[in-house]
Amino acid sequence: MQPILKSKLTRFVGEVLVLVALFTLVQYVITAGLLDQYYQINLTSMCINIILAVSLNLINGFTGQLSLGHAGFMAIGAYASVIMTQMMNQSFVVGILVACAAASIAGFIIGVPTLRLKGDYLAIATLAFGEIIRVVLQNIDAVNGPAGIVGIPKLTTWPWLFGATIITILVVVNLINSSYGRAIVSIREDEIASELMGINTTKYKVLAFVIGAMFAGLAGALYAHYFYIIKPGTFSFLKSFDILVMVVLGGLGSTTGAIIAAMFVTMLTAALQSLPAIRMILYAVILIVVMIYRPQGLMGNKELSRQTLDRIWSGRK
Amino acid sequence: MLEFVQQVVNGISLGAIYALIALGYTMVYGIIMLINFAHGDIMMVGAFVGFYSITLFGANIVVAMVFAMVACALLGVIIEKIAYRPLRNSTRIAALITAIGMSLFLEYMTIFLLGPQQKVFPQSAFPLKEYHALGLIIANKDIFIIVSAVVLMVILQFVIKKTRTGKAMRAVSADLEAAVLMGINVNKTISITFAIGSALAAAAGVMVGVYYNTINPLMGIIPGLKAFVAAVLGGIGIIPGAMIGGFVMGILETFVSGYGSSLYRDAVAFGVLVLILLIKPTGLLGRNTGEKV
Repeated sequence: MQPILKSKLTRFVGEVLVLVALFTLVQYVITAGLLDQYYQINLTSMCINIILAVSLNLINGFTGQLSLGHAGFMAIGAYASVIMTQMMNQSFVVGILVACAAASIAGFIIGVPTLRLKGDYLAIATLAFGEIIRVVLQNIDAVNGPAGIVGIPKLTTWPWLFGATIITILVVVNLINSSYGRAIVSIREDEIASELMGINTTKYKVLAFVIGAMFAGLAGALYAHYFYIIKPGTFSFLKSFDILVMVVLGGLGSTTGAIIAAMFVTMLTAALQSLPAIRMILYAVILIVVMIYRPQGLMGNKELSRQTLDRIWSGRK
Repeated sequence: MLEFVQQVVNGISLGAIYALIALGYTMVYGIIMLINFAHGDIMMVGAFVGFYSITLFGANIVVAMVFAMVACALLGVIIEKIAYRPLRNSTRIAALITAIGMSLFLEYMTIFLLGPQQKVFPQSAFPLKEYHALGLIIANKDIFIIVSAVVLMVILQFVIKKTRTGKAMRAVSADLEAAVLMGINVNKTISITFAIGSALAAAAGVMVGVYYNTINPLMGIIPGLKAFVAAVLGGIGIIPGAMIGGFVMGILETFVSGYGSSLYRDAVAFGVLVLILLIKPTGLLGRNTGEKV
């Protein structure tokens, strides 16, 4: 075997081992009853927030299209999955698949017309669509309107959360590193120039938007089947701003940044649970200060990869 | 037919409120190309200043409105100086995210300081009377709102068209760099724009207090968004457009709640926005401009 291939193989095996170890450790801690309810809830929120932040980062960070309607797709995923599992007695797998399908179809329907708009107009249009989704859900009696659906079976378990998070990250990272990804990033850098280079900008923008929406739907399904209740009010534009805070904090265009920020924001939320007003004030200050002093976000478009970790490690030695 | 006219009358006073808020959006957008997301929340602050000047100082409604306008003019200038000025040369997305942050900051700072409960706007400051004419019911609050809105709009038109400051504002809006070269103090002009826009929002805030009778820290969000839709409908950056857009939105909204379902009231506003953006993003009075590379 060639040495370079061999080193790649060992690295891959190493990464898989680390993931398997992480998974088994947490699974053991949960089944052994060492992790109490409070930490389990935070762990769940963390995974869901990572999925949301990474998928919104694909749209806002890598494609450069500011979307403020992510909570709307999450709502569609949540409702679609609950309709499947609770009302139609399907399995959770079917619920998740339908949630992803429904959210990506909604993403396509909304994305095709709105992605013609640019910058702040696009932001407002996506915000409007997100709100329209919420208001429509509020007015459908079959899903109990503003009261929402209660008594959703708790099907979201650690294997589901872990698997969904890893799949989201893998899909987004591999997409960005493919030729599709280079086309997507070129749109962010200069839309007109990339169009002149023969890139079908509409196609790639819609593609990124649909994939982002799909994972938001996935996050919605996981959310609904953990927290027992869903109601339209949960998915208002404040929820979209929550996700935006994570993306902005981590860095527009850095997947690892989004992951770290999602974890940080989840912990911050948990720590400030009794002081919701302070939490929102802190969010606001984070948004303003980060934009003024570091508009590209804390990580910018840099990734925390094995290479950088290795470099820091060897530098320390 | 009578009911139709009655709906129009109701719609006009609501529309006047939206128009006043929309003016602030449109002026700020016209001059620095920023959607000032915090604008609706400045209106909320105005409503609270009005509320406290009535309850604490026993001011009458007009004095309360003036207090609110002065306080919010200051607030607007400070916000611009702290949050938006450092970002004037960065991307528009960065400025928009900052504005969202500022909006959250105002909302939750108010909740933190005054609590999340809604407050009842004192009736004593504005005893309700209803006039019956030609089979229509016109409340004195509608007359108050419409008259004060029209007065404010006339003053605004005068300031913009006839004064040196107004001329400077129009110049900066037309071409910021050329205005600098002509010796216009751009920073001062932008501050004045924020002051005027925020003062109009504050007046609208007091009117919302009179119109709905209750105020709360999150009251700015929905009227703010609707006024923004009104500004886009009329053509953002165009002052008469904001007035027309505001009245259209107000009338449309009362029609939807009067004849259709009031539950869909908010969705209709957003539906209108999406339609305009897709069909004519420059708005009713807007002109198409080409894109330069």
